[in-house]
Amino acid sequence: MAKFEPVLSKNFGKADAHKLSVYKKGGGYATAEKVIKEMTPDDIVERVKESGLRGRGGAGFPCGVKWTFLPADRETTYLCVNADESEPGTFCNRFLMENDPHQLLEGILIAGRATRTTVAYIYMRVEFHEQFHILQKALDEAYDAGLFGKNIFGTDFSMECYIHRGAGAYVCGEETGLIESLEGKRGWPRIKPPFPAIEGAFSKPTVVNNVETLCCLPHIFERGVEWFQSLGTDNSKGPKLYTVSGPVKRPGCYEAPLGITCRELIFGDDFGQGMRDGLGVKGCIPGGLSVGVLTEEELDCVLDFDDVRKYGLLGLGTAGAIVIPDNADIRQVLMNVARFYSHESCGQCTQCREGTNWAYKIASRIARGAGRISDLDLMVDITTNMGMMPGLSICGLPDGAAFPMRTIVQKFRAEFEEHIRQQPPGAVEETLRKTNAAIYELPILGRV
Amino acid sequence: MGWKTLDRRTAKHDTEAGPVLNEAVRDKIRSFFPRYETKRAVLLPALHVVQDALGHVSYQAMAEIAEVLEIPPSAVLDTLTFYTHFWDHDKGKKVAVVCRSLSCQLMGADSVLDACKNELGIDEHGTTEDGSFSLVTEECLAACDHAPCMLINEKMHKCVKPEQVGKLLKDAKNAEIEPERSDLFDGPTASATPAPSQKNNGDEAVADNGDDDVLGKTSDVDEMRDS
Repeated sequence: MAKFEPVLSKNFGKADAHKLSVYKKGGGYATAEKVIKEMTPDDIVERVKESGLRGRGGAGFPCGVKWTFLPADRETTYLCVNADESEPGTFCNRFLMENDPHQLLEGILIAGRATRTTVAYIYMRVEFHEQFHILQKALDEAYDAGLFGKNIFGTDFSMECYIHRGAGAYVCGEETGLIESLEGKRGWPRIKPPFPAIEGAFSKPTVVNNVETLCCLPHIFERGVEWFQSLGTDNSKGPKLYTVSGPVKRPGCYEAPLGITCRELIFGDDFGQGMRDGLGVKGCIPGGLSVGVLTEEELDCVLDFDDVRKYGLLGLGTAGAIVIPDNADIRQVLMNVARFYSHESCGQCTQCREGTNWAYKIASRIARGAGRISDLDLMVDITTNMGMMPGLSICGLPDGAAFPMRTIVQKFRAEFEEHIRQQPPGAVEETLRKTNAAIYELPILGRV
Repeated sequence: MGWKTLDRRTAKHDTEAGPVLNEAVRDKIRSFFPRYETKRAVLLPALHVVQDALGHVSYQAMAEIAEVLEIPPSAVLDTLTFYTHFWDHDKGKKVAVVCRSLSCQLMGADSVLDACKNELGIDEHGTTEDGSFSLVTEECLAACDHAPCMLINEKMHKCVKPEQVGKLLKDAKNAEIEPERSDLFDGPTASATPAPSQKNNGDEAVADNGDDDVLGKTSDVDEMRDS
């Protein structure tokens, strides 16, 4: 196989890559100009559908198909760019925005033309300060060059583009939560249907796409659908930015065709280059925190949209791997995961709000050395009864919470049990007394 | 954040002290109107602008934002309390945000946080007595490749070691960022912000309630500012 030539990351690390003049010198905006001048919106949608581009934000929904859900007789269409990257372990969008902001803007132009967008909002999480300044400057430059606004490239296509800054909420990465937040409300996901394509931001048809999905668009039109189809596996086409973090020698963001294995990502010379300080791998969360965990034996899992499901994972997620070294305490890992979701649950659905909180309480009790074997079963029970998959919640956050917690408990059960067996006798009661002293002072409940 | 309630009958808004948002801030908020279909959608940008101009968003400021956006004040409070970025009480000049998510924890974020606590002498969500620093933890800051990481205001500090924390927090330039800044979500320039005395009064309008313990936090901050 010919050596893979990176496209999404081709400008990473180049000097002044965020400037319009530098981007244009490398052939930038020529594709968008060609597409906008020569193709009709329907042709663009058709071409993207042909390419098989699947959304890179986590769910992997085909991008072109999503666009066809828009009603044909619409007047206003909003495009929301999801730059609220807050999944632990994921940072490829940050790389794209700080190193190559114009690639994203070019993608927005093409997607905007395809969906006949009137206003595009880039919903950016507030913690991206430096990235905001870089992208805003790039956007200002693009506006000055007439790339946004009225009559783009001398055609009748007009589109505005604004950056909307979030304010620190994980759930705003969910598409309807993002729309609510854009409207100035709490980022509470909406009940679907109606889907955003019919009734989204300001009750108008709205498309929500991930940053990386949009960054793929210029390359599909520049290099052709065949090139895009030649990369990747059966149902997962194209290049993908993989990220790897944790105690590996070279943590970072690397581009590869979809379908490398998790082992390659950690140990490959082009990727993580193995573990630091002679550490071993205990496990790996391969796609952002929400997908679940792989054990050391399962590292040969292929990271595309399909294979991950064979290992009991939620999906590919965002392909951001977190490597758990063998010296890490699995109880602390579980507690950290549970804390994240209990903090980020928006509180709308009872079983998610309460379930994630109880999971955190149980996990921290285990981590403090006061676990019970029955806690592990209870944890599995909670996590199978709170998500969208049993049909109980509005959005997918509780599923994202359930998969890592459940897979950690199930796949590392022996280790948890070993820890619990080594607890001194009476540890559970003692901790309960300490944490809930008030209850034990009551006349009746005090008798354990 | 715990629950805080305001009693409508006892909490008096001292309108004589004058508004906390001056015309420049209001104009800046209004400049976002053409971007969105509804005025309510300007709320997040407005909160960013006000927080930058005043340091935090007081109850009086919320009421005035509501006035500019023509929405009920409760709607502002409703939205503000959902997001962790906004402060309804005073914060330090600089805010140190330590990431506590999994990648950072595996690489030693706990000891970085402990070093920050020791160095500043405050706990999480605390503010130093001189009002120079606040310390908070956040979930993933999307810099896992440089774990453990922390933000000081807008500047991301990467691969922080616990022993570096003392030097880092003392460095006068620890909040300066390299890229050219955009002032889009900043408050209007310094000259346009209201005089400190006026700002103080505005806050007291909410906090000036001797018997109202629920507002203890705000009163503490006021004492701190007066001393």
